[in-house]
Amino acid sequence: MHIVKRDQMEWYKSWLIRAAAIVAALIVCALVTVILTHKDPIKVYATMFSGAFGTPRRIWNLLQNIAMLLCISLAVTPAFKMKFWNIGAEGQVLVGGLATAACMILFGGKIPNALLILVLVIASILAGAIWAVIPALFKAKWNTNETLFTLMMNYVGIQLVSYFSMYWEAQKGSGQIGIINQSTRDGWLPTIGKYEYLLNIIIVAVVTILMYIYLKYSKHGYEISVVGESQNTARYIGVNVKKVIIRTMILSGAVCGIAGFLLVSGTNHTINTTTADGRGFTAIMVSWLAKFNPLFMVLTSFLLVFLQKGANEIATVFGLNKSFSDILTGIILFFIIGCEFFINYKLVFRHSHKEVK
Amino acid sequence: MAVPAIELRGVTTRFGHIVANKNVDLVVNRGEILAILGENGSGKTTLMNMISGIYYPDEGQIFIDGKETQIRSPKDAFDHKIGMIHQHFKLIDLFSATENIILGINDGKKYNLKEAGKQVREITDRYGFVLDPQKKIYDMSVSEKQTVEIIKVLYRGADILILDEPTAVLTPQETEKLFAVLRRMREDGKSIIIITHKLHEVLSLSDRVSVLRKGEYIATVNTAETDESQLTEMMVGKKISLNIERSDPKEPTDRLEVRGVSCEDNMGVRVLEDVTFTARGGEILGIAGIAGSGQRELLEAIAGLQNTSTGDILYHNPDDGQTVDLRHKTPTEIRELGVRLSFVPEDRLGMGLVGNMDIIDNMMLRSYKKGKSVFLARKEPRGLAEKIINELEVVTPGATTPVRRLSGGNVQKVLVGREIASHPKVLMAAYPVRGLDINSSYLIYNLLTRQKEGGTAVVFVGEDLDVLIELCDRILVLNSGRITGILDARETTKEEIGLLMTKTDRGTEGNADAHR
Repeated sequence: MHIVKRDQMEWYKSWLIRAAAIVAALIVCALVTVILTHKDPIKVYATMFSGAFGTPRRIWNLLQNIAMLLCISLAVTPAFKMKFWNIGAEGQVLVGGLATAACMILFGGKIPNALLILVLVIASILAGAIWAVIPALFKAKWNTNETLFTLMMNYVGIQLVSYFSMYWEAQKGSGQIGIINQSTRDGWLPTIGKYEYLLNIIIVAVVTILMYIYLKYSKHGYEISVVGESQNTARYIGVNVKKVIIRTMILSGAVCGIAGFLLVSGTNHTINTTTADGRGFTAIMVSWLAKFNPLFMVLTSFLLVFLQKGANEIATVFGLNKSFSDILTGIILFFIIGCEFFINYKLVFRHSHKEVK
Repeated sequence: MAVPAIELRGVTTRFGHIVANKNVDLVVNRGEILAILGENGSGKTTLMNMISGIYYPDEGQIFIDGKETQIRSPKDAFDHKIGMIHQHFKLIDLFSATENIILGINDGKKYNLKEAGKQVREITDRYGFVLDPQKKIYDMSVSEKQTVEIIKVLYRGADILILDEPTAVLTPQETEKLFAVLRRMREDGKSIIIITHKLHEVLSLSDRVSVLRKGEYIATVNTAETDESQLTEMMVGKKISLNIERSDPKEPTDRLEVRGVSCEDNMGVRVLEDVTFTARGGEILGIAGIAGSGQRELLEAIAGLQNTSTGDILYHNPDDGQTVDLRHKTPTEIRELGVRLSFVPEDRLGMGLVGNMDIIDNMMLRSYKKGKSVFLARKEPRGLAEKIINELEVVTPGATTPVRRLSGGNVQKVLVGREIASHPKVLMAAYPVRGLDINSSYLIYNLLTRQKEGGTAVVFVGEDLDVLIELCDRILVLNSGRITGILDARETTKEEIGLLMTKTDRGTEGNADAHR
């Protein structure tokens, strides 16, 4: 038996394989559930589903979570397309959020609310961009390893947030900022009607489309692809590679900053070290699974958020350990990522030798 | 009739849906040199890899000395006394020749470098190799490395030697020496299989020739009973004339003047030293030299991709009579100066094109910056892509196919087509026919000649000296970063170029070796 690379597969066949992978994953999950917990797998899946879609509130929550994950995934995509391994989105989101929180605390009630929101947006974009451009500058100037550098910047970001949590703590000794401007709602992203998260979702939808257009139809996007594919080709056609790296990381960090703004001003109205909630890392998976296509990322971020929500619900309803939901999520992801192998390669079994007359 | 050393019957190998070898029958006798002739991609190397245990046939049988044999690994092949010398050497730079030769032998005997050295010497004396067993690989020329590879195989007791395009990296003089050694081995009763696509080598060396075309076995003929045109016809499948039409240059004018250019690589090693020459419009200037003699650096220095430490690169603009210095300019700055310079780099998919992009987007590489819009204009590149596909007969499912899916020849047509489309005044091409089949090669030669006739200064870096002599007007010889001669292509000979390629201050390397 040996492995053979496939030619390009028709799109419907590859989606068929992906669908089959999900079905297979559900079957394996069901078996694992029965063996380990003796629960009815159908009921488990039903619970999973209701955990994500059960009530309108849950659906809104789901959408909001998708929007946040998607936003951060969009942010890391230009960098990844350029083969600049920005694993510092977590930190970039946090400092973006921290800038938002700081401005809400410092300027809340002192300037008109509309102006405050504008200040928040600019501050968060700047903070995220600065956090991202530092490793990019070092990379361009001294060719430092961006993976380590961006990773380290995460920890600096987290420490900054915990420092300011103490600095601005609501009650002495709590170490928590608490809800900022709870009574005045200064600097809170407005809600549209009674739909709390609708504006967040709309903003992310707009960012998605803009990012899609930027990557596919703009000259900048084209340069990003060329640099990512081959720096030699980029040099050959006269692209300033360093400039593209720096410019793209500013963009990547800026969108992370927006995500931080949406999380603080539009969602939590506070900040702590778990505000980004690991999304900076999950986003990398979203982006890769969607092959850096912003439109597909809507699907992949939906999938990941759905799995997470559903799995949490199972753990709660059936009184299972949180690890059990991680096991299920892990199995499903394993199948989904693993099936890409069968889309790109096939297995060929060697025939025994035919006799030649 | 004696039992053949190796016989293949109905051997077929597939890679996915591609059939690399289809129903190949082949006979190799003891004490003969068999040439395997075929174009690039005709399945020669795959077939030989099957005999040497790297691939395993999907169908068919292999007989060794009349017995059916399964060769499952290179070790199996060695057990049957088969050894292959690959195109890319597999040697450890820091080891000496002897250390490399005995590397990996596990015969239960004590590790004895002295004893091994003695045996290596026996082999070299027997067949007339020139090799110092103590010499480290990093001190060796390409031809010495090849010698180590051949001795490595002989040391393991091989009776059947397979050489994959052994002359591709050698000068004419080195090739002659290698052939002399191979002839001596034949007299010693060894079977030698040599893979090649050079006809004159086949005719001067081999006893019989087996021809492959597109993976299929065509026929085997006795070398004495055939000639170049018959072999070409077998190889290509139709009669083609192998003549390059060379016109006389019309009013050549100085276009590109390189004056005293030197440069270092990023390790600080000098790769170009005081290079001075002039490329003229209406002329093809060939650049000959052993691989890595500074050809790449020279072209990249002109194209603005390589920093130079001294010298000037002057471009005489035929449109306005102005002269500009291209030194220390980026490719963008050079273009903005109004210099119409095109460059077909050696590394097609790593520099000239982006493999994962389609033909349209690859056309855009040169032109995407045009205009003020922040968005890309794909209309013009699309037209250009379609024009090139039609005019150069690029075989592709369409203009939106990623170029890495195209065959080598078609990739090169896309690249050359794009570079010519901007009506260059200077066209530089590095190894533009490497890996191409005969038809595509001649198409490229003709494109270059047409550019020259249109008044362009063409700079052509080549490796096949026969082609350089037939195609170019003048030939510049590079030797370790220095120019050792600029010759009139109509007057010179392969031997003269070969000597200039290897000449050192102490005299010619070839002589030095012979006297050792």
